[in-house]
Amino acid sequence: MNATMRHLLPLLLLAVIATGCQEMYDQPKVKPLAKSDFFSDGFGARQPIAGTVARGHMKLDDQLYTGKAPVGAATPAGDSGAAAVPSQWATSDRSWTFPMPVTREVLARGHEQFNVFCSPCHGKLGDGKGMIVQRGFKAPPSFHEERLRTAPPGYVFSVITNGFGVMYSYASRVPVNDRWAIAAYIKALQLSQNMDASQLTPQQQRGLEGKK
Amino acid sequence: MSQIFHRSSNMMARLSILVIGGIAMGAVFFLFAYNRSDYFTNVHVAREQPVPFSHARHVGQNGIDCRYCHTSVTESNFAGIPPTETCMTCHSQVLPDAPMLEPVRASFRTGKPLEWTRVHDLPDFVYFNHSIHVAKGVGCVTCHGQVDKMPLLWKTNTLQMDWCLNCHRNPEEYLRPREHVFDMNWKLPAGENQTELGKKLVKQYNVNVHQLTNCSICHR
Repeated sequence: MNATMRHLLPLLLLAVIATGCQEMYDQPKVKPLAKSDFFSDGFGARQPIAGTVARGHMKLDDQLYTGKAPVGAATPAGDSGAAAVPSQWATSDRSWTFPMPVTREVLARGHEQFNVFCSPCHGKLGDGKGMIVQRGFKAPPSFHEERLRTAPPGYVFSVITNGFGVMYSYASRVPVNDRWAIAAYIKALQLSQNMDASQLTPQQQRGLEGKK
Repeated sequence: MSQIFHRSSNMMARLSILVIGGIAMGAVFFLFAYNRSDYFTNVHVAREQPVPFSHARHVGQNGIDCRYCHTSVTESNFAGIPPTETCMTCHSQVLPDAPMLEPVRASFRTGKPLEWTRVHDLPDFVYFNHSIHVAKGVGCVTCHGQVDKMPLLWKTNTLQMDWCLNCHRNPEEYLRPREHVFDMNWKLPAGENQTELGKKLVKQYNVNVHQLTNCSICHR
């Protein structure tokens, strides 16, 4: 062992100890969305193999995943509200019903998700005057115009799912049940903006004026 | 035979012990200070990114919710970095020709992801989970600071273990009502006391405080 080696040895030891620590910090595992040299495309996250379906992700329920009316479902033409349905929706194959019961929880969830994902453009009132529109995005129609106010919930759902015009699809960002919850909230929002205030109970009218 | 050491050597010996001890203590102090310094931890250091994405613009001025882009934050350990499609949802229309956004458009055309520089990078032996923190009332701002005021993102906390333990030992000092987790500007309502509110929330959200300092809560 010569003099240089004697000097280098402690340094080498230190280096080994120090890299040991660093390896604990950066372990050879793939964290979400991290790069990977193992695969030729460099993606750490893998795509499902073409033609395969993950367990529990088979889209068997047509109404739930597409917003189409279930086969043999009644259209509102048979209901008392028939007169309110303009002809353009009379022949629509979109669902007039929801695939789940619309409870207060569903509406609350829809409200929350609507404010997160829809309000940037559509505005919190659904009037199409959101902040991004003010930044130059093409203004969407108000939810409170006749055509959209009378649209079936399945139509609202399929627009969120597939996009429309310059609006991208939100299917990859908003889970299917949340998309239905948003559709339910939008229908409620439309109702709230087109209600004759005199039809409300006195207590609700006081609420409108901001009193309890 | 004369004395080898002069009388003053006694003094010198004592003094040298003091000086050596001082240097050793100083070195320890320096290491501790260095370990916590912004220089070492990158706290308050804005990182360069492939596109100069501004949270100040998107969150602060446009009012976009955290969850619009970080979609998995409520369900998963990973908050989620948005795919380029999310950027293009607006930028296909807003600033569609801005040279600054060319890397985004290129990524959208080619399918090659943008490679962002990670700002909050925990050591791999820490198993942090976003969803549980969000569910138990830890506000985004509590750990990430006012990102709505950051043109380029920086860390406002060291993310070192002693910092985590501040809250894991006394969560009541930091929790807020769940519905205000994503609120950038939530303030304790006037007349309320954080400790009292926190204790109420700890109980309401079933936070098992005695478990929070178990090693296996964060390490496996």
